[in-house]
Amino acid sequence: MIPGQFEYIAAESPAHALELLAEYGDDAKLLAGGHSLLPMMKLRLAVPEVLIDIGRLNDLAGVRADNSELVIGATTRHADLAASELVRAEAPLLAYAAAQVGDPQIRHRGTIGGSLSHADPAADLPMALVALGGSVEIQGPGGSRVVTADDFFQGFFETALRPDELLTAVRVPRRPGVPWGYQKFVRRSNDWAIVGVAAVDGRIALANMGATPLRATAAERALADGASPAAAAEHAADGTSPGEDMHADREYRKHLARVLTRRALEHQTG
Amino acid sequence: MSILGTRVLRTEDPKFLTTGGVYTEDVVDDRLAGACHVFFVRSPLAHARITGIDVSAAREAPGVVAAFTGADLADLPVIPPSAAGLMNTEMTQRLLATDKVRYVGEPVAVVATEHAYQGEDALELVAVDYDPLPAVLGFDPDDSSLLFEAAGTNVAGYWGDQSSLKPGLFDGCEAVITHTIVNQRVAPAPMETRAAAAVWGEDGRLTAWIPNQGAQGTRDDLIKLLSLEPGQVRVITPDVGGAFGAKFGADPEHAVVAWVARRLGRPARWTETRYENLIGMTHGRAQQHTVTMGGSRDGDIRAYRLEIVQDAGAYPKIGAVLPMLTILMTTGPYDIPNAESIAKVVVTNTTPIGAYRGAGRPEATAAIERAIDLFATEIGVDPADVRRKNLLPKFTEPHKTKFGALYDTGDYVAGLDKALEAAGYAGLRKEQAARRASGDVRQLGIGVSSYVEITGMGDGEGTPPSENATVEVHPDGTATILTGTSPHGQGHATAWAMLASDELGIPVEKITLKWGDTDLIPEGGGTGGSRSLQQGGAAVQQASRELIEIARERAAADLEANPADLVFDTSRSAFAVAGDPEASVPLTKLAESERLLVRTVFSAPGATFPFGTHVAVAEVDTETGKATLQRIITVDDAGVVLNPLLAEGQRHGGIAQGAAQALLEEVLYDADGNPLTTSLADYPFLSATEVPSFELADMATPTSYNPLGVKGIGEAGSIGATPAVQNAIVDAVSHLGVRHINMPVTSRRVWEALRAAEQGSEHQ
Amino acid sequence: MTRIELTVNGEKRSDEVEPRLLLVHYLREICGLRAANVGCDTTSCGACTVLLDGRSVKSCTVLAVQAAGQEVLTAEGLSAGGELHPVQAAFRQNHGLQCGFCTPGMVMATVGLLAENPHPTEAEARAGLEGNLCRCTGYHNIIRAVLAAADAQAVPAPSTGVSA
Repeated sequence: MIPGQFEYIAAESPAHALELLAEYGDDAKLLAGGHSLLPMMKLRLAVPEVLIDIGRLNDLAGVRADNSELVIGATTRHADLAASELVRAEAPLLAYAAAQVGDPQIRHRGTIGGSLSHADPAADLPMALVALGGSVEIQGPGGSRVVTADDFFQGFFETALRPDELLTAVRVPRRPGVPWGYQKFVRRSNDWAIVGVAAVDGRIALANMGATPLRATAAERALADGASPAAAAEHAADGTSPGEDMHADREYRKHLARVLTRRALEHQTG
Repeated sequence: MSILGTRVLRTEDPKFLTTGGVYTEDVVDDRLAGACHVFFVRSPLAHARITGIDVSAAREAPGVVAAFTGADLADLPVIPPSAAGLMNTEMTQRLLATDKVRYVGEPVAVVATEHAYQGEDALELVAVDYDPLPAVLGFDPDDSSLLFEAAGTNVAGYWGDQSSLKPGLFDGCEAVITHTIVNQRVAPAPMETRAAAAVWGEDGRLTAWIPNQGAQGTRDDLIKLLSLEPGQVRVITPDVGGAFGAKFGADPEHAVVAWVARRLGRPARWTETRYENLIGMTHGRAQQHTVTMGGSRDGDIRAYRLEIVQDAGAYPKIGAVLPMLTILMTTGPYDIPNAESIAKVVVTNTTPIGAYRGAGRPEATAAIERAIDLFATEIGVDPADVRRKNLLPKFTEPHKTKFGALYDTGDYVAGLDKALEAAGYAGLRKEQAARRASGDVRQLGIGVSSYVEITGMGDGEGTPPSENATVEVHPDGTATILTGTSPHGQGHATAWAMLASDELGIPVEKITLKWGDTDLIPEGGGTGGSRSLQQGGAAVQQASRELIEIARERAAADLEANPADLVFDTSRSAFAVAGDPEASVPLTKLAESERLLVRTVFSAPGATFPFGTHVAVAEVDTETGKATLQRIITVDDAGVVLNPLLAEGQRHGGIAQGAAQALLEEVLYDADGNPLTTSLADYPFLSATEVPSFELADMATPTSYNPLGVKGIGEAGSIGATPAVQNAIVDAVSHLGVRHINMPVTSRRVWEALRAAEQGSEHQ
Repeated sequence: MTRIELTVNGEKRSDEVEPRLLLVHYLREICGLRAANVGCDTTSCGACTVLLDGRSVKSCTVLAVQAAGQEVLTAEGLSAGGELHPVQAAFRQNHGLQCGFCTPGMVMATVGLLAENPHPTEAEARAGLEGNLCRCTGYHNIIRAVLAAADAQAVPAPSTGVSA
């Protein structure tokens, strides 16, 4: 399978990318690693007329510390995120999540900005960002804004990103030494999560339990009120209405969310 | 010292590792210059009447050379069902669907383009109008919606029916179990999808490059599908990227590509996408079994009944006939005094079923191996002990079963005990008991499966299984072998060269194997049913020996000696006069004045019956239902081993495919017949992370059916492993009340079974 | 059409390509390097794996235009001198291939894996090849080959810049 035809433009700078977005609007798509977009284009589920390549913009890649936060450039590849000493030390959950995405080849190409913008509710990085209480930096024609993870994911493959905007960076709190847990339930190791749970510092995020990565708020509240991990985990699926597919029905997903949340809260990884 | 039995590295490998194999899509050939690219429009509906096809917009699209529909092929014959004498003859197919479509993926039109990248753009412009019909699905379809109105039924054929079952079969049994289990539909999914390249010569002959398991059978199919004369088709087999039973013969698509090439007067090429492969290539298995087993409370099995329903998919192809093999192998390696088996074949609005690694035999093994575990659990006896008690005792003269199978040689109890010992069975049971006692979240299961299967069975029509080989020694010290078998990963080039080398004294690396060109090798049975070594290999050895005898006459003349006084010294590849090693002549010299060549046919007295036992160890997370395969230990006795490296490779691959069926793989459809597993992201093709390394124990009971003493090893792994893995997972949770879980034993199914057991209801 | 300049197996190239041309088809049809195969539609099977600037990628999910300015290494380039690369040799020695279709991709994924993790455990080797499917070998001998290649420690960095 091959993509439909399109025009290819390599952006020379983030500003140039924004100009191109303004010019082409809905007809254009941003291309970074291409590992969410190109598969969609090969299946002709996406047929953009213009691809704006931001994968070559070095200003958009890399990790740095900024006061209490780590700032991760949007085109930072999963493999680099997973290997970053800074991220492993100060946001280890994020490094771990990056190492769970797809397979090595996919991690060599895929970018954090691309994965977050794609907003697959079953994916690793959106869940990790929600668990970490991170945010994204967005540049648009009117300047830049910061949107929290909780607000960024708006629906099934839908985000707060507007067609003329560019996700430029991701921010997560620096929390060296804070315990965390990550559970991804899969058929095969490189599959998307049937259910995923990421827990850190009292926050619990769920993957594939709804249209977006979700906070397990009832479980978080129970935890804050002093409940044991096991008792809190019993509330992990409260209020969720997960979808059904060939892997799991609603009831099984809720059950998995509870079991995996308990395991994540006991700070088991993997 | 003989090279036979040693771990000779494959001579094929350097090419595959560097420039890669030359698969059909890779073929560069002057005859194919300027080829157009063929793309199929496939039905998006499971069952519908075609009310109109409009290809006019596609014809106007950039690069489109032509577009055709079934109407353009109207003068070609309909395709009858496989084994037409057994199946309803109204269940016929056309190369491109005309009036009706019967499964998602059925070809309805073709587009030919100048460049490969133009095809998918053009396909989007073909408009087909459909009038949807209710989809017929499942193992028990009624006749309210008919796939073939002229047939008047969705049942394609029978082997016996309910009325032929003996009412008192289980009389006198102290314990009887019965269960209906599903041997699910799986996708062969070879890494190389289907493909073709075709060109017609000025002489009116078709040359077709097609990935297949036997060029000669593929040629014969093309002749039939296109109504051609014998001699009008040449099939060339490029390297083939896996087949597993699904690349036998020619499919409608291959014939259409050839037809397009003739119609357009230019070469044509086709490579299917993985999406097309997963809906268009035949699927495998798809049987439902109702097993009933009875016997004494101390584990003596007295009676067994197997009722089979075969879902043949939309058209009765090879898969429709496979219940014959399942019936033939009903009782497997066991001595069961009262046994019977019936089968019914139904058509459904799904991809047709064909052969898949084991083809009818794994189904028989899966059925009885599950039945034995159900029976063992019922009577509270260790399942390994039940097996040992009922296995046929060792035999060296052929044993005929009541289903008509003639087992050549077998030592089933030894195979079982060897596998149990290699597994450390007693220790595993102890660990299992400890985990059960402690209520561990992760429970341990041990699954055992004993099997016997059929390999090299020929055409099943009374003619003995046979294969031809040609061996030629050249003056330059090299040799060439022509074979009617057709390797696609098995390593024939190395193995056949070993056999010739052992007789001729010519090094393996100087021997070239040729196959898969019907002009060069007009006859041959191809590779399938684990037949190649025991017939094709035996033919190579026979041809080499006959060649030595011809050479002996020439050497005698050359050395002015009596032929009987000559000794062939393989270490020098030369004849010498007995007692006078100085008086000698090399084999190659005897090829100088006249070609030194033999073509021979080896015929076997019948099929051979490899056997063995697999033990699987699985851990089940009782909270999530996730099963993890920890160990798999196998004894696969296929007689004498020619090259352990290759034999082990066959076992590994088979074990993995068996484990994949037990653990993961299933082709799924929704209630309307829409396939849900149309990519390798959705179809859970086994990856390296779901299996452990395999533990192989060796055992070799020779057969007398060929001079090599070899049986087939290609399919044994998948036959033994599937029920062993399934049994292991059920065993892990049997103490919690679970009796059976259908394959694939997914975490969801395990969890549901555990929950049902907890609530006291029997889980299906 | 877009002009791209890149290095393929150490050789500088400049070609006009359609923007939608996938790297795997660029390699196969324009460069004539047909070792990398297409085995799926969905970035699942890894048969098309090549190294891009030293890292393993699935060339069916990279546009040729994205590879501009970079270095591509394929199985053909790995054995450019006529000698099997140690990973290729280990695959042969351990019978890590049967039909061969997945093999060039499997070999390139292994070269990429060993560049990042020169001494993988069996579990790491299996996880490292999770993106490469094989239907023939059951992975047993592929894993043996990976571990043997690592043990041999004779795995030089490929000529076109692998960074560990």
